[in-house]
Amino acid sequence: MLSKIVFSGFGGQGVLMMGYVLATAGMNENKHVTFLPAYGAEMRGGTANCTVVVSDEEIASPIASSPDYAIAMNYPSMVKYQNLVRPGGIMFLNSDLISQGPSRTDITTVQVPANSLAHEMGNDRVLNMVMLGAVNATIGIVPEEALLQAVETLLEGKKRVMIEINQKALSLGARCLSQGH
Amino acid sequence: MKKVFSRPRSLKETPFHYCPGCGHSVIHRLVAEVIDELGLRERTVGVPPAGCAVLAYNYFDVDMVEAPHGRAAAVATGIKRILPDRVVFTYQGDGDIAAIGTAETIHAANRGERVTCIFVNNAVYGMTGGQMAPTTLLGQVTTTSPQGRLARREGNPLDLSQMLAVAAGSVYIERTSVTSPKNILKTRKAIKKAFLTQLEDKGFSLVEILSPCPTNWKMTPSEAIRWVDESMTKFFPLKVIKDAV
Amino acid sequence: MAKKVLMRGTHVLGEAAIRAGCRAYFGYPITPQNELPEYMAAAFVKMDDAVFLQAESELASINMVIGASVAGARVMTSSSSPGVSLKQEGISYLAGMELPAVVVNMMRGGPGLGNIAPSQSDYFQATRGGGHGDYRTIVLAPAYGQEIADMTVAAFDLADHYRTPVMILGDGMMGQMMEPVVLPEPVDLASLPSKDWLLDGCAGRPSRIMRSLWLDPPLLEELNWRLARKYEAITREIPDQEMYLLDDADLVVAAYGTAARIAKGAVHRAREMGIRVGLYRPKTLWPFPAEALAQMSRSIGEIIVFELNIGQMVEDVRLAVEGKCGVSFYGRPGGVVPTPEELARIISSTYHKLESRRHGGADISGEAGLRAVGSV
Repeated sequence: MLSKIVFSGFGGQGVLMMGYVLATAGMNENKHVTFLPAYGAEMRGGTANCTVVVSDEEIASPIASSPDYAIAMNYPSMVKYQNLVRPGGIMFLNSDLISQGPSRTDITTVQVPANSLAHEMGNDRVLNMVMLGAVNATIGIVPEEALLQAVETLLEGKKRVMIEINQKALSLGARCLSQGH
Repeated sequence: MKKVFSRPRSLKETPFHYCPGCGHSVIHRLVAEVIDELGLRERTVGVPPAGCAVLAYNYFDVDMVEAPHGRAAAVATGIKRILPDRVVFTYQGDGDIAAIGTAETIHAANRGERVTCIFVNNAVYGMTGGQMAPTTLLGQVTTTSPQGRLARREGNPLDLSQMLAVAAGSVYIERTSVTSPKNILKTRKAIKKAFLTQLEDKGFSLVEILSPCPTNWKMTPSEAIRWVDESMTKFFPLKVIKDAV
Repeated sequence: MAKKVLMRGTHVLGEAAIRAGCRAYFGYPITPQNELPEYMAAAFVKMDDAVFLQAESELASINMVIGASVAGARVMTSSSSPGVSLKQEGISYLAGMELPAVVVNMMRGGPGLGNIAPSQSDYFQATRGGGHGDYRTIVLAPAYGQEIADMTVAAFDLADHYRTPVMILGDGMMGQMMEPVVLPEPVDLASLPSKDWLLDGCAGRPSRIMRSLWLDPPLLEELNWRLARKYEAITREIPDQEMYLLDDADLVVAAYGTAARIAKGAVHRAREMGIRVGLYRPKTLWPFPAEALAQMSRSIGEIIVFELNIGQMVEDVRLAVEGKCGVSFYGRPGGVVPTPEELARIISSTYHKLESRRHGGADISGEAGLRAVGSV
């Protein structure tokens, strides 16, 4: 199994953190992982993206020219990646900020109201973990427990309440699709 | 009988190769005397340049590392940062310190590196055969300014010491010469003060020494000394340029 | 087993350097490697015995490296292609004065300012010495995060052992990418061999001179031959390569660093198509591991050299096989990183050409649609 996932959005939406948490969880599950952030000129101008590869075997290229999955946290990201996702792949959209889906019909679209779910939880900033929870529940890259553990590790030293709200957001995201949000 | 004059311990017995009337031999001796007087021989690292003084390591009996042309201040920085309790000095000519090494020197001064630069200014590239230097005077004929230096064409001479004085990290900068016993003694005093500035952890110190180059100036040694006193000092006046010790 | 951590390449390099005993870093900002000096600055500020200094230029930084090395420190500098051009002056002096130092080049596209995307544009510069004068630089080429860690430690040891500058040659992508890594154990500085040549003031010993100037030709010749003997010893002692799926291979892809990862992916795809192809991956670029390549050249049909440039290592491959097998080249310069699928198509087309030639048939594969393929 090899999955290539692109996360994209505005700076400040925690896009890199999504990839970082997933890659850390994958590593802890003894999978091969790579995490490649966009860098240099590409990261100027307020957008951020990163590519995570999780695989059972050694990873050749950390770049995804046609990712299996793309997560668009804002509209420009949807536009940028809609034509790159491989046929049969899935595009996850932050439906609070993206009203119009991709025009392609050979990919699946999953809508996640990440902003409003985070807002309902009382912390606007955890929208990224809401989305990551939904993504992982849909495509099943790592057990949910691994994501929760990764958050615990990566936020080590931060306030307990901070770790917990991020973990809660992951769980909420994982449940939101089945609960018909 | 009382011995009143001998070779400083910090100089080797090797005879100097410098031309008759050249100032390097005197300046080498002054630096060595100061190192001896302050008892620094066993904790000093010297950094000679590319130029006539490149062979300084053959004369000084202290640890010496040759720097690439112009980079002495950067090499000295590397040494001093690793060995802060040692004494590090550079020995550089005008082309080395004020042309190809300008950036390294200004930034070392501005950082206040605890090093001492001995800057020998003879207004010409000596070792390469008398080409125009950054410090060549207006009107001065060199092999690459055959009609005499013209501001419009070759640019004006550069007063690096004055520039370095502006840098916040420089603490002591003085310009002297070696054209008379009095001037030589003043130079010795200045070198000692520069080393003490370093020893007292005050900051960057530099002594610019106007020094005759009869060979490339095509003068006799006594003419060359007169030229330093009468012409060079007009643009490069002998004085304490900065003393924030 | 030691714990795996997820770290980006530049940080792995920095941490491994510190654990290898690096206590001095001098550099100048340039993308895509700024996270390395930033890592060193953050780490060294907390250490009493370490020096970080951002220099005013690449030239100043490499000359500060000379100073710190002369004073006995394990010292490192890093940059990316245009900056490494500027450092060549100092690297030549390090070689001439036989001073250890580690120089990192996270390569980007060139020539000139080029771009900041991953490239392998500086193979020639790195492996041919780079600066003026008759010298070589040891060049290590990691392809994985773990190798960045291991090779960084090796770089410091090799630099001290042979008293020579060692270059770690990566690229922008390798520096930015995070992978799981097991970090090396920190060395005890006191356990490192003492340096009986360093300059720290001549207390209790005769004064020492460190220089690269030898005005008398016979004396310089003596230094040159001494260096030559050292380089011969290095060429004998340290060449290293990965040989992957080569036992039954008809066809070999030769690639290093990031290109080798893509090549490995391509080899897998081609194997799935039934093509007997393997990967030859130099881990030392100088000395080039020619021996193993020479040995296999009798039994294989062709070597495809794959590089992220217009063809540089291909010359070393040709020298190594001395015409005993075919050598072709596929390259993507300019910071373009092709997919394993793209390279697999090149492997497949080369393989079928080889097959048809072997069976005496006409060459039916053609080269239409293949970019940048040239027989070299």
